[in-house]
Amino acid sequence: MTQGSLKDVESAAPGNLRDKYAIVGVGETAYTRDSGRTTRHMGVEAVRNALADAGLEPGDVDGMMSYMVMDSTMSPTIGADMGMRLNYYMDVLGGGSSIEALIGLAIGVIEAGMCNTVAIFRSMNGATGARMGGSGRVAPAISGDGLFSAANGQTSPAQIFAHSFMRHMYEFGTTPEQVAHVKVFHSWGASNNPKAYYSQRVTVDDVLSSRPIAYPLHLLDCCVETDNATCLIVTSAERARDLKHTPARILSVVGRCMKPRMDMHYQHGPITRVAGYYARDILWPNAGVGPEDVDVTGSYDAFSFTTLLQLEDYGFCAKGEGGDYVSDGTIGLGGRRPNNTAGGHLCEGYTHGMNMVIENVRQLRGEVDDYCPLGPDGRRQHTYEYSEGGCRQVRDCEISANLGWGMPNLGSALVMRKG
Amino acid sequence: MPLNGEHLGMKLFVDDRDAENKAFFEFCGRGELRLQRWKSNGLLSYPPGAGSPWDGTPDYGWDAVEGRGTVVSYCEVHHAIQPAFRDSLPYHILLVELDEQRGRPTEHEALRLVGNLVTPDGELAPPEVVASVGIGTRVRAVFRQVGEDFALPHWTVDEAAEQPSAPWRYQGT
Repeated sequence: MTQGSLKDVESAAPGNLRDKYAIVGVGETAYTRDSGRTTRHMGVEAVRNALADAGLEPGDVDGMMSYMVMDSTMSPTIGADMGMRLNYYMDVLGGGSSIEALIGLAIGVIEAGMCNTVAIFRSMNGATGARMGGSGRVAPAISGDGLFSAANGQTSPAQIFAHSFMRHMYEFGTTPEQVAHVKVFHSWGASNNPKAYYSQRVTVDDVLSSRPIAYPLHLLDCCVETDNATCLIVTSAERARDLKHTPARILSVVGRCMKPRMDMHYQHGPITRVAGYYARDILWPNAGVGPEDVDVTGSYDAFSFTTLLQLEDYGFCAKGEGGDYVSDGTIGLGGRRPNNTAGGHLCEGYTHGMNMVIENVRQLRGEVDDYCPLGPDGRRQHTYEYSEGGCRQVRDCEISANLGWGMPNLGSALVMRKG
Repeated sequence: MPLNGEHLGMKLFVDDRDAENKAFFEFCGRGELRLQRWKSNGLLSYPPGAGSPWDGTPDYGWDAVEGRGTVVSYCEVHHAIQPAFRDSLPYHILLVELDEQRGRPTEHEALRLVGNLVTPDGELAPPEVVASVGIGTRVRAVFRQVGEDFALPHWTVDEAAEQPSAPWRYQGT
């Protein structure tokens, strides 16, 4: 039986492009629950902001990519509104786990000589437009795969993922209090982020006393769906040298790596295992660093529990010890390895993964937009004082990891370094 | 003929071209739980598909299984997305491992079927029954007729089975 066996990726082979590409610009719109505008309008604003951040003109970008779940505007329209003539574009279907994969593809198309610089955007009215799992307002006839899920009242990500979460509690004794700490620590970051949609710090009790959605998830264990657009720009390290900011060098990428059996994520066990278990064998060897070298993580938080499962299977702690890892202070501001320092999907806003990459780019630059005072050079003078309304910059931040989530059995990842 | 059904006000439909799903639900309509058994490796699989999940080969037959198993995980839904379920909260989505083929072909594999917890006559279980079922509960398949020659497989507590003294249940609020 070779079912689901992964072919070995030639880690660290001569073809490895470690360090040769970088993210040079990042930008976003405001995170809102009622944008009142189109994904086209928001997308153009995010791309414009990312260009300005990089110090690029529209004519410097000749490649564009985006991801969507049939809820957005395609690259040619955004490019045209920006006055760009594109040599390459690609709009793909997908939500979470797409951005890291697309960064890898951007490297590939530049390496292939198809274009020079790629802007990747995600524009979505996630609160007022298409909602993940459906809004319940329109109910088309259920057919195909839906007969095994929607017909059973199983449509939303919370309902679909709960089997993994519940099993983890059963097998490892993970407690609701431990899981709630993910929201608590992400809210610390959000409280020091002027952009965050939810900027209030919350307590474990706030999470556990919020109304139950689908056990083991309460309302505050679930991310906040928002309307917004985000964008980042990938180019070669060589071109990055002439641009405005310290580049975030890309050490390694994993794109949409899967457990065996896509059909239903719990068909191939252990049920508590997520795609990171497989992705880590590509991620770390290609990066040339390991989890112990990472200063800041961006572990996808569609739910509090998704963060925990990924940190575990990517090797930040032993299997089954995720409950301790997320609750002992490690992932909070001032901890050994903070996670989602801008607040993530649970607090800052919902972007299908992009805002966690943007935040880590800013962390690596040492220039997160917190409440620290601006110096005479216009840069933040970070205090590393992490109380509410203060700093969220991680001290001496050199290496970051992003762990993207699509489903328990589907993940992408990205390791970057300052430089 | 395509299959047309209705369940809790939801329209259900299986296209003629969707041969594997159509066969599965037609068997359910006759009160039979049948799964694809792949000729190449003799293994059963779920849900229906166009090739063996272990080797991609195309040839199979439909074999009946007993439809008894154990709850290995569950989702207890308190906030319904679909209007069909709003009057039935909380409800259970059970992940059930069949007795057949447990731990095969590897220790981490099994036939894991999803369905709701229902009463023996196929209605969504009332709150006190929902509150009594968790990981370890022994269940058996029952069929909820949704149309002519068309039923959905669900799960009810197996009255004949030896049950754990207390199944594992989520301990939060």
